[in-house]
Amino acid sequence: MQKIGVFVCHCGTNIAGTVDVHAVAEALKEEPGVVFSADYPYMCSEAGQNMIKDAIRDYQLTGAVICSCSPRMHEATFRKAATSAGLNPYLVEIANIREQCSWIHKDMPTATEKAIILGKAAIAKVHLNAPLTAGESPVTKRALVIRGGIAGIQTALDIAEAGFPVDIVEKQPTIGGKMTQLDKTFPTLDCAACILTPKMVDCAQNENIKIYSYSEVTDVKGFVGNFRVTIKRKARYVDETKCTGCGICTEKCPMKKVPNEFNLGMNNRTAVYIPFAQAVPKVATIDPEHCNMLKNGKCGVCAKVCTAGAIDYKQKDEFIEQEYGAIVVATGYNPIKLDRYDEFAYSQSKDVITSLEFERLTNAAGPTSGQLLRPSDGKHPHTIVFVQCVGSRDTSGCGKEYCSKICCMYTAKHAMLTREKYPDTDVYVFYIDVRTPGKNFDEFYRRAVEEYGVHYIKGMVGKVAPRADGTLLVQASDLISNEQLKINADLVVLAAAIEPDKTARPLATMLTASMDTNDFFTEAHPKLRPVESPTAGIFLSGTCQGPKDIPETVSQASAAAAKVIGLLVKDKLTCNPCVAHSDEWMCNGCSSCEKVCPYGAITYSDKEFKMPDRTIAIRRVASVNEAVCQGCGACTVACPSGAMDLKGFSNRQIMAEVDAICK
Amino acid sequence: MQRELIERAKQLLADGTVSRVMGWKAGEFGYDMTPAVFASSEELEKDFRYDDFCEANLSKYMIKESRKEGKILVFLKPCDTYSFNELLKEHRILRENVYVIGVPCTGKVNANAIRSRGIHGITGMSCDGETVTVSTLYGEETVPKNEAMAERCQNCKSKKHVIYDELFGEEGEVTGAPRFRMVEKLESMTPDQRFSFWRKELSRCIRCNACRNVCPACSCEKCVFDNDASGVANKAAADSFEENMFHIIRAFHVAGRCTDCGECSRVCPQNIPLHLLNRKFIKDINELYGEYQAGEDLETKCPLTDYTKDDAEPSIIYQRGGNR
Repeated sequence: MQKIGVFVCHCGTNIAGTVDVHAVAEALKEEPGVVFSADYPYMCSEAGQNMIKDAIRDYQLTGAVICSCSPRMHEATFRKAATSAGLNPYLVEIANIREQCSWIHKDMPTATEKAIILGKAAIAKVHLNAPLTAGESPVTKRALVIRGGIAGIQTALDIAEAGFPVDIVEKQPTIGGKMTQLDKTFPTLDCAACILTPKMVDCAQNENIKIYSYSEVTDVKGFVGNFRVTIKRKARYVDETKCTGCGICTEKCPMKKVPNEFNLGMNNRTAVYIPFAQAVPKVATIDPEHCNMLKNGKCGVCAKVCTAGAIDYKQKDEFIEQEYGAIVVATGYNPIKLDRYDEFAYSQSKDVITSLEFERLTNAAGPTSGQLLRPSDGKHPHTIVFVQCVGSRDTSGCGKEYCSKICCMYTAKHAMLTREKYPDTDVYVFYIDVRTPGKNFDEFYRRAVEEYGVHYIKGMVGKVAPRADGTLLVQASDLISNEQLKINADLVVLAAAIEPDKTARPLATMLTASMDTNDFFTEAHPKLRPVESPTAGIFLSGTCQGPKDIPETVSQASAAAAKVIGLLVKDKLTCNPCVAHSDEWMCNGCSSCEKVCPYGAITYSDKEFKMPDRTIAIRRVASVNEAVCQGCGACTVACPSGAMDLKGFSNRQIMAEVDAICK
Repeated sequence: MQRELIERAKQLLADGTVSRVMGWKAGEFGYDMTPAVFASSEELEKDFRYDDFCEANLSKYMIKESRKEGKILVFLKPCDTYSFNELLKEHRILRENVYVIGVPCTGKVNANAIRSRGIHGITGMSCDGETVTVSTLYGEETVPKNEAMAERCQNCKSKKHVIYDELFGEEGEVTGAPRFRMVEKLESMTPDQRFSFWRKELSRCIRCNACRNVCPACSCEKCVFDNDASGVANKAAADSFEENMFHIIRAFHVAGRCTDCGECSRVCPQNIPLHLLNRKFIKDINELYGEYQAGEDLETKCPLTDYTKDDAEPSIIYQRGGNR
């Protein structure tokens, strides 16, 4: 015989304001199996929890129903209280009479009636609850960081510092990411390379860090604590262990007309190349699309000049499999393509450039050795127009609806640096708003306006038209003085919106991590769990989660590392016992469940069965790996025979709830 | 054709390729061809039939037969091969234990189709491929064959065998017959009209379970309707209205897996057009997720148990007429 206790919480006036809690407790007392029913101002308080514990002991309860807030809030609290009083935690059910009742109703009789119905449903379910015991799974004490930009580097360094091995998988031939392409960093104007490259070197030298450069993650299996990841090491046709990075091959390579992606195609590199001087690992890579030897077997110069004998034209892609306890996503961002913004003449004129291209033009390692020269004719520009929000805060459907967050500050930086280096240059910045919330950010922007005389104009640029004399006619509106402006500019710089890297979406599918409509990874809680993905064991670092500047990226990267370390120090993880299980006698072996399982938790095997007619039959049946199953329930719906069921949320329990509601 | 099939079956038995043969033999009435297993040349010679009356789909029998000792030969008509494929996809048939011979089909004569023309007291039937000659207690009648077929044959979806080890006759084509006309008619009714249509049809159900037992998609080890713990078994039998739910639940269970073979309607002793429920699902799947024919091949994933980024969102389903 069931002995069920019902506990109705007032939650101050949160619930009691619209629900007659006493009436709820009284009504639920009449339900079958209920031996105790009471209401209390705060069930989650110590006194409230003691009330539950006392009732469990005094009435020898076999189940408890707490009518309170969402189980997301206090289910764990009440389960712990029940456990300490000797009741299995999975015999506790929560009826959510706050978020799903009192908060959304105004009328007390209606809300009270609904609260009673929700309570009855929970009681109907708890009648069918079975005690469940959580299992344990071991933790592989190694972390994987996907992509090695500043976010990935920081996360890896912090994890390694705590004593755990970390692997960085980087798609490019070197780690460093976007930050390697930047010149100075706001608001302190220190050189990006000067602060980044020591960290890159730290990664290479740290015994706990292994860098898989020029590599990609191709498959992820398993679950928190036990991921099995396949990494594709793309053939770079250079033996990493032999190459000394001397660069002689890059000097001698006859194929010199390959657009240099590091300088955004503004100059050329050779077919065998090292992206930049401080690359880590400092190893050459042969670009198979442009190498004559690889394309048609004619050349072989690099192999001849390489004194280390590192060139290997026969190298093949290699796949390695590695186990990890935690995975950190640090896939970063890219500026959007501007081909949909014809009005700015980006594709028509070489002198319309993006801000990232501007960074390269002002960088000493860039195509102009740091001289600000027009890409078209190599002359100094005297009038420069910066256009903000190109594709950001764009509700037209062409660009992104969100604010890219970093453009206001880097544009202020660009404007300021230009005025400092070339005081004879007129600099205009067109903006919708200037957003500078950050330490020393607004001061920085004001310096650009007040000390450096940058012309900030509120208004958008309508059109950029290349003129016959090589200048650019910029037509814009000044919203404050309400005038139409026409500026003859020598250079136009577009602050293109940033978007998540294109590799993020397929990676999210592999990781079963969720994304928003903009392809930014979703965090487990926007405020309280910002560096964790809702998928256990997957962590988020840097701009893959949303636009961020460098200081924010680094702090988030360290936060992600802290979460990873917190996971890796554990020897074992407690599993969720509310997992699927298959009734082998009912299983048809049809694979429907296997096909819909997003976690790969279901496998099939042929098993011998003693059939009712005393014959032995070999039947193909499903079994669930309880450590992998996340209890999503997709299989229970797909199963045609009802052999698959979810512990704690069985079909019978759900139907009992529905019946109780419909009575 | 019958002679050739017998000869080939005898050969395959003799050379040891198979140890049994599944085909048809005359049932209680001469025109009522019944599935049968033959173990010897003698049995084949005596009883094997393949003619215009062999309506039954033999695919489902292969679930049990393929698990027995030795290999079995089965004769499959084009539409039966779709069911066979679907069962293979669900791992219900052990392919290596079945030898499939595809047999051509020009549509089968259906006794109910003849009765619906007001011909009663049937004592025997024969067909020369063009005309069906029906002997009745009241004399002899003739019916053109294409008017003596069930609706599923009149609107045959495919003359193509989608799986076989050996094929008799020429390979046919997918026909694209207009098989959804009745579904469209039902869709255009008001909810009340539609409700009364189905009440009238389904209230005749005697729960003999013939539709479930014959259905190749209904192959569960333990049917939910036979399982007291499922919470569904009693529901469907509580009263005559809930009884009707049996068919709705069954249609949901086979949705996405039903090949539209039409066996459910053929075996219904009360002549309920059960296949219309399944066809509504097929039509909806086609409209919402793109054309999908269950059993067409072994690879294509069923849209109902597969997710793609192009899948219709609930709002789109509404726009595309999913509200009907």
